Amino acid sequence: MNATIVKPGKKRLQAALDHASGDKRFKILEVHMKRHQFRHDSLIEVLHKAQELFGYLEDDLLLFVSYKLKLPPSRVYGVATFYHFFTLKPKGEHTCVVCLGTACYVKGADKVIAAVQENLKIKSGETTADNKVSLLSARCIGACGIAPAVVYDGTVTPRQTPESALEHIKKWVAK
Amino acid sequence: MILNDLVQIKEKELAARKKITLRCCMAAGCMSSDSKGVKEQLEKAVTEAGLQDEVEVRGVGCMKLCCEGPLVQADPQNSLYIKVTAENAPSIVAALKGGKANAAQTNPDAAFFKKQLSIVLANSGVVDPERIESYLAADGYQALHEVLHETTPKDVVVAMVKSGLRGRGGAGFPTGLKWGTVAKSPGAKKYVICNADEGDPGAFMDRSVLESDPHAVLEGMAIAAYAVGADQGFIYVRAEYPLAISRLQIAIKQAKQMGLLGAGIFESPFNFNIDLRIGAGAFVCGEETALMASVEGKRGTPRPRPPFPAESGLHGCPTLINNVETFANVPPIYRNGAEWFAGIGTEKSKGTKVFALAGKIKNTGLIEVPMGTPLRVIVEEMGGGAPDGGKIKAVQTGGPSGGCIPSQHLDTPVDYESLGKLGSIMGSGGMIVMDDSTNMVEIARFFMEFCMDESCGKCIPCRAGTVQMHHLLDKIANRKATARDLAKLEELCDMVKNTSLCGLGQTAPNPTLSTLRFFRNEYEALLQPDQFGPRGNGEAAKQPAAAKQ
Repeated sequence: MNATIVKPGKKRLQAALDHASGDKRFKILEVHMKRHQFRHDSLIEVLHKAQELFGYLEDDLLLFVSYKLKLPPSRVYGVATFYHFFTLKPKGEHTCVVCLGTACYVKGADKVIAAVQENLKIKSGETTADNKVSLLSARCIGACGIAPAVVYDGTVTPRQTPESALEHIKKWVAK
Repeated sequence: MILNDLVQIKEKELAARKKITLRCCMAAGCMSSDSKGVKEQLEKAVTEAGLQDEVEVRGVGCMKLCCEGPLVQADPQNSLYIKVTAENAPSIVAALKGGKANAAQTNPDAAFFKKQLSIVLANSGVVDPERIESYLAADGYQALHEVLHETTPKDVVVAMVKSGLRGRGGAGFPTGLKWGTVAKSPGAKKYVICNADEGDPGAFMDRSVLESDPHAVLEGMAIAAYAVGADQGFIYVRAEYPLAISRLQIAIKQAKQMGLLGAGIFESPFNFNIDLRIGAGAFVCGEETALMASVEGKRGTPRPRPPFPAESGLHGCPTLINNVETFANVPPIYRNGAEWFAGIGTEKSKGTKVFALAGKIKNTGLIEVPMGTPLRVIVEEMGGGAPDGGKIKAVQTGGPSGGCIPSQHLDTPVDYESLGKLGSIMGSGGMIVMDDSTNMVEIARFFMEFCMDESCGKCIPCRAGTVQMHHLLDKIANRKATARDLAKLEELCDMVKNTSLCGLGQTAPNPTLSTLRFFRNEYEALLQPDQFGPRGNGEAAKQPAAAKQ
């Protein structure tokens, strides 16, 4: 993240707003903020919506939110970086979230994620160079009864093994 | 909405019930094994067989035996089908008329089900969580009506004190006392918050309650709000639980439409609204002061207490914070009376506790047992012991704040005090069983890594201490540590435990301390001889006995 986000000059802010004016998604976000009456305590809800619309939180987006909610950019940036759910980097085409909760861990989720890391040659939290797959780990998705669980593109899949996980990922990479 | 309307809806719903019910589990665990497809196929098969007037297919909440999902139960035949697929759904419908079902079955009267006592989960797996009528048919919202019209807020608090309910979030603070404090705090504006930020890895009770019986939580919150004099409630729920969020949204909408939430509930002067707040993946937000900061849209960092939230909480107003399960206990208490509730459980821990049983155990899923049930009953009789002939080594309760209870202590009754004595905590109810293939040092390192990542960074003991402890545990696990490192680790554990600001830091050393207490030999077996001697005075160290092997 560059330094401009902490102390945006007028030019930087104008650039962000110019960017916003040409994009419909910013309009949707503004409507959402309006529904919350631009209240300061709606910041997390607004960031959720922003991430849902854009996939990740880029600088311009954070500046836009801070300008509209009349919050200092430092506060918006602080909240966006504090919570694990928000990401400031774009995600790959597909996401693979390996649950590393205790139940999954005890049942061998560590081996699943190790196999995927080895196969894709990336670490957890990274995206492959061709932008195909993002590998993430979760702290517990509450699916402990069917451990180890892996979430492929939002679909929770029960009882995974290193083999079944690799098979799933192969389909994405082959395409 | 008056009581008559409520009874009418209930009777209409009961009259519409059909002779045979096929209950199909629609909680997150079974949904991931395509229970939605199963339900569609069941409905289709019922229509094709022309049994629409006799058979009802009902999507219900968690049916508890999560490892065998998707589950389908036929009533009154009392047959429980496991691992049902969309293909064998038609044969289940055929079996209702004397055919043979082409799906595996399990005994619904097995110990796993029979030993349970359902208070919080009474409606789980029975009512349709997406229809308020279904909850009303199970006497829903009648407790709220009674409380609003027949008792004063003071009496509500008195009854809660009498019931002996203690907070189900982990610490076990008496709920009645908390309500009384908030009720007495001066202030025109008060809040009620439901803590549904179930961050403990290995715990899914709150998720299941919200997915299976969201109205019970709403009703519990409304009763609490009446008792303390609040008119605004928040449910802070994890973003990782999309199904729970959508069911809560539906439930709140339906309750508002029926006038069970909002202004003038049951034609009384009592107003109460509930809003959802979605978390964003921070474990520390389960701590009450951090949670309130997050509800205010700020970074979720805790602050020192006092002042306690009961005096100065959300936006500086008196705030009542309780866990999901605590609120879900409230309607049954007022429906059946405080004495009834106080008659269940042990002397100091009343009622039941829901546990999420998972890990190396045959039957994983959700169980609710009376307080004081021995761990052995839960793990061996209900859970069925370790799979594949393994031996149970330890049971972990309380997640990253709890500890490991070794197999020789399995006869410990489950209540707040007994678990505390063993260096663990009741926690919110995650129960992970470990067998003899589990390395305890690695488990301690796993939890420490978790606490290190989740430390909010506000206070130094937790921020720096967890990093150092993780480093030491890593060193031990990689066979690079000496006895001095182990001593340093224990010293650090003590320091972090006693000097951290909030519960996260204060309990972060617990998994390490409890594994050190019961499985010290595993740590010592990994230690290397210290070339400078145990005190660093140049004396050659004696090799630890275990390391020779």
